[in-house]
Amino acid sequence: MLLEKLTSACGLPGFEDEVRDIIKAELEGIVDSIKVDRIGNLIVTKNSQASGTHIALSAHMDEVGLCVKSINADGTIKFVSWGVDQRLLPSMRLLVGEKKIPGVIGTKPIHLQSEADRGSVYDINSMFIDIGCNKKEETEKHVSLGDFIAFESKFTEFGESKIKAKALDDRVGCAAIIEILKMDLPYKMTGIFCVQEEVGLRGSAVAAKGLHADLVINFEGTICADTEGVPVHEHVTTSGAGPCLSLMDRSSIYNKKYIESIVAVAEKNKIPYQYRRTAMGGTDAGSYHTAGAGIPCIGIAVPCRYIHSPVSVMDKNDYENLVKLVAQYLKSEALTK
Amino acid sequence: MNKELLKKLCAVNGVSGHEGPVIDVIRDEIKDLVDSCTVDAMGNLIAHKKGAGKKMMLAGHMDQIGLMITFISDEGFLHFGTIGGMSPTICYGTRFVFPNGTIGVCYTERLDDPKAITFDKMYLDIGAKDKEDAEKYVKIGDVCTFAAEPTVNGGAFISPAIDDRMGCFIMIEALKKLKNPAYDLYFVFTSQEEVGLRGAKTAAFAIEPDYGLSFDVTISADTPKSRKFPSKMYGGAAIKLKDASLLCHPTMINHLEKCAKDANIKYQFEILEAGGTDSGAIHVNKGGVPSGVISIASRYIHSPNEMCALSDVEDCINLTVKALETAI
Repeated sequence: MLLEKLTSACGLPGFEDEVRDIIKAELEGIVDSIKVDRIGNLIVTKNSQASGTHIALSAHMDEVGLCVKSINADGTIKFVSWGVDQRLLPSMRLLVGEKKIPGVIGTKPIHLQSEADRGSVYDINSMFIDIGCNKKEETEKHVSLGDFIAFESKFTEFGESKIKAKALDDRVGCAAIIEILKMDLPYKMTGIFCVQEEVGLRGSAVAAKGLHADLVINFEGTICADTEGVPVHEHVTTSGAGPCLSLMDRSSIYNKKYIESIVAVAEKNKIPYQYRRTAMGGTDAGSYHTAGAGIPCIGIAVPCRYIHSPVSVMDKNDYENLVKLVAQYLKSEALTK
Repeated sequence: MNKELLKKLCAVNGVSGHEGPVIDVIRDEIKDLVDSCTVDAMGNLIAHKKGAGKKMMLAGHMDQIGLMITFISDEGFLHFGTIGGMSPTICYGTRFVFPNGTIGVCYTERLDDPKAITFDKMYLDIGAKDKEDAEKYVKIGDVCTFAAEPTVNGGAFISPAIDDRMGCFIMIEALKKLKNPAYDLYFVFTSQEEVGLRGAKTAAFAIEPDYGLSFDVTISADTPKSRKFPSKMYGGAAIKLKDASLLCHPTMINHLEKCAKDANIKYQFEILEAGGTDSGAIHVNKGGVPSGVISIASRYIHSPNEMCALSDVEDCINLTVKALETAI
């Protein structure tokens, strides 16, 4: 399964090579051209000679994780976090660097903890990663400063239709674009697989500069807090209720005309959809809609519970409906008017 | 002064990203005075008044801060996200209005500690019976803004959206008075300034101006315990020196000061420590654009009751006309 292959790969910001190679291999022979720009974005074109509306499809390849900051005398590793909730870190299983050296984040045994220890969250600066080495010199044989550190998490299907994996944000978007590019659709299309979204929409800032599209559809895995104890108005999205359309986030106010046109297609084809019910977060659409003289964007996403963790959970139906909705939208009259 | 137009401009509902109604009012007012009037992909209204000189882009933003509905509860209460710099203490107990005229009251329950007031504890109440009833008037994604009547109070003007319909008003009135422009002029009424100067960025890219001049409110530092800033109400047209988005170019500062002196227009300088305006986006376009700002000293910015002096507005209009008729 494509999504399993994509989420099992490691692609921290600036180290997206493994993900990029998988996507490239998937699209060889399918698209007209494949290139990698100087920041590392993978940009493909399809139907490049077609006239009329030019649609860009964008998703980011990078995932959240950690990075090696220093190596202690006892061989353990100090690290910095790229978008990871530090409360999740104790007992986490990790893969360090391109060689994917296994590591764990250990804690003080419960027997030795004071009352104060038990009631508090570990500070990220007091945590370390143990890769099984006893000396700095030994660790240095395997690990260098600046190496990425990814979550170790096995792709698992469970329940009726749920998937657990790391990096669903945003491999689910990459998978959707690959599927759509494999379809027979009439438009001139550019597929953009961005680097470094999680550290500030950096890849898309570069990709946007050279892009002359009429519309960007940005694919994401997004927040879903539809769980016990969260007030219903703070759920943001509901897992299994369909792909979600963005209205606003911190990087964009989405163009109403396009939201309405894709909603009309969903309703006509009886494809479930929902709105993303928060104004928080940000996506690569932030780069595209203010690029050049401005490119309108649609933001569409699969709800991901426990996002930015090793155990993100999504519903396969939401993914399938997302692909279906975008495909129907691209077949509809909406864009030729 | 055309106070009726000013009131009309400030009363129109135009939250960031939803500036359509403002475009309609402005386009009607200016379309016969310019060579072309277009709306770009970001929703900027770009009016071109052709001239022989260098290209100057003028910018005043049409959008205002507001709320966007993100969730409607079974009981018919509306939860929201904020658009632009909204403060919970200012919103508490305040009326909001949707483009269709529906009024919502912004409230919170349980306020044991007034300091603890935050948006996640607040909701809008349109008085609906339940969700089904509420959805007759409002749906998810709809936006609303402060409901308050624009009012002339002696020499002062009190209204929501002075930030920045006043900038638009100054541009419109200057355009009407303009006789011999010294520039090829682009009057840009921008979108989405309040969420990060987004409209001005794309307009500047398309226009490639040689100079940038924007029009916006600034802090009036004259309330009882105000911090010491140079600008104040009734102090005349305010020439910006800097804010968080730009250091105004000496060329523009000198030009504006010289024009004010030559035409005997009352002026003051202003420095804003927080906040920015459209010239912040214009001045970094392409290879860089010398840019300045004419500001209106205003009290209570980002509230339903922003306040400024009409005499300052008059000074700003006159300074703008003089600045556009004088070549740099």
